[in-house]
Amino acid sequence: MKTIGFIIQKEFKQIFRNKGMLPIIFILPILQLVILSNAATYEVKNIKFAYIDYDHTSSSRALVEKFNASTFFNVLTDFPSQEIASSAMLSGEVDVVLEMPTNFERNLLKEKTAELSITINAIDGAAAGVTSGYVNQIVQSFNKDVRMSIIDTSKKIVQPVTIESIPSFWYNTTLDYKTFMVPGILVLLVTMITLFLSGMNIVREKEIGTLEQINVTPIRKSQFIIGKLFPFWIIGMGLLTIGLILAKIIFNTPMLGSLLLLYGYTSIYILVILGMGLLISNFTDTQQQAMFIAWFFVVIFILMSGLFTPIESMPKWAQIVTEFNPIKYFVEVVRMVLLKGSDITNILPQLLKTLLYALIMNGLAVWSYKKVS
Amino acid sequence: MKKENVIVAEALTKAFGDFKAVNAISFEVKKGEIFGFLGANGAGKTTAMKMLIGISKPSSGNAKVAGFDVYNQTESIKKNIGYMSQKFTLYDDLTVKENITFFGGIYGLSRAKIREKRAQLVSELGLEGISNKLVGSLPLGWKQKLSFSVSLLHEPKIVFLDEPTGGVDPITRRQFWEMIYKAADQGTTIFVTTHYMDEAEYCERVSIVVEGRIEALDTPKKLKEQFKVDSMNDVFLKLARNIE
Repeated sequence: MKTIGFIIQKEFKQIFRNKGMLPIIFILPILQLVILSNAATYEVKNIKFAYIDYDHTSSSRALVEKFNASTFFNVLTDFPSQEIASSAMLSGEVDVVLEMPTNFERNLLKEKTAELSITINAIDGAAAGVTSGYVNQIVQSFNKDVRMSIIDTSKKIVQPVTIESIPSFWYNTTLDYKTFMVPGILVLLVTMITLFLSGMNIVREKEIGTLEQINVTPIRKSQFIIGKLFPFWIIGMGLLTIGLILAKIIFNTPMLGSLLLLYGYTSIYILVILGMGLLISNFTDTQQQAMFIAWFFVVIFILMSGLFTPIESMPKWAQIVTEFNPIKYFVEVVRMVLLKGSDITNILPQLLKTLLYALIMNGLAVWSYKKVS
Repeated sequence: MKKENVIVAEALTKAFGDFKAVNAISFEVKKGEIFGFLGANGAGKTTAMKMLIGISKPSSGNAKVAGFDVYNQTESIKKNIGYMSQKFTLYDDLTVKENITFFGGIYGLSRAKIREKRAQLVSELGLEGISNKLVGSLPLGWKQKLSFSVSLLHEPKIVFLDEPTGGVDPITRRQFWEMIYKAADQGTTIFVTTHYMDEAEYCERVSIVVEGRIEALDTPKKLKEQFKVDSMNDVFLKLARNIE
């Protein structure tokens, strides 16, 4: 126990003496949280909208005016022909082109039906889907207005019965994207910093040769490893704290559940990450190698964590792969505890799997750490 | 007066594939002796030493260090030895005092003992003015002397020095050897590798390693007589030429 104390003391001195490292540990994550939470948004806004009006009537102008009034669309220009519109789409000047044919108004009034053509740039399929939804909303609303005016002029017509569904959004009533993203980014920064630091740390001692010096001392493997990793466990918990404070102050993220539960879960989760870092450093000889391997895993884990894209929409095999992703569990737990106020019974499956993961990872890491070659 | 053997090696071998870096070396080192392990770069000195200090498993042969077996009692060996590697291996980003505290701590010395040792060591090395300076800022010669002192911190029975004076100026080398003599006088056995042949003269007995084998082992005086030359340098050159 005393020996471990000496190692911890030394590690903290080295960490806080390293002028290049401190900003990486504390400033970078803060920037990450503040910037990424704003950048990683799925809201589709400021859609570049253009139209071709062959009709030139009050109806066609009214429809354009409706797009103009919407906050989602930036009405850029009207194009005289489809060819010009196509080339503008090709060069990326516009993303949506609405085409109103000649006789649009006449058909609408006489035939009670009219056709419109909408062209949407669908390179980003998800965004195109959202855009299409917005366009439909506006056209529907226009449709309603037109119907009203027809009803007014003609005799009383029996209104068709319509079914309307009114959704109630739970846990994130205002559908604020940041409420969803901020806890996720928090996971990201706790994970990345602790993994990189722990992975890099022991390899660094290998590189400068001090690890050999340690290996000729009678220190026990477990003492050395605990002493080495404990400071990063503390830093991980510190990062969580900083992240939570920022989330509250800057983003007003709801924190419905028990923070104690979140800390309890995180304390186990960080063990998984530290074990992984140690495992990486056991199988590498230079910091550069360790960095590449750590980066490889982090990218896969993040993309398959449900942080940015829902796991439910991944193919079956990919969903099975995510079962082995510790970041996935942390993302789930953070969102459940903070946004839904879940208690320990709700997160028990995640908690147990993370615990098992921690045991396996650290078991492997300690087993593969060799004082004798 | 017959002294006990503290290091005994019998046909100790380390092979990497077909290549035998250390090829069946046998020797004994007595308590309190300064034993020189000489050889060219790549002769297998460091590899042999790593087996003796318990961080590399031998491929075959036997060895006992401080009475413990190099195969399965490595941790007991480590309690009884000090080691100073070729590379400088104190922490550059810790101060002189912090390095002493850390290494004292992981060898299990008490806080009081560490304080006492630290004060003693700082004054012996004349580091009073700079004991709170980072080790990285010290000149190489001072670093090496500090490193040697740190390896003696836990009062080991044997200390292994792997080319301790590499890249150090002649005056510092002389001072370094004075420190080695002092430690030997206090009963510490010194196992030192070097490729400086003048340093071989300082050793009580030397073994000359050529391509993984011990080609000669005796006192410097007897070796010179045996090979009919005036200096250890010539002994070494003669041996190396025979191999070629």
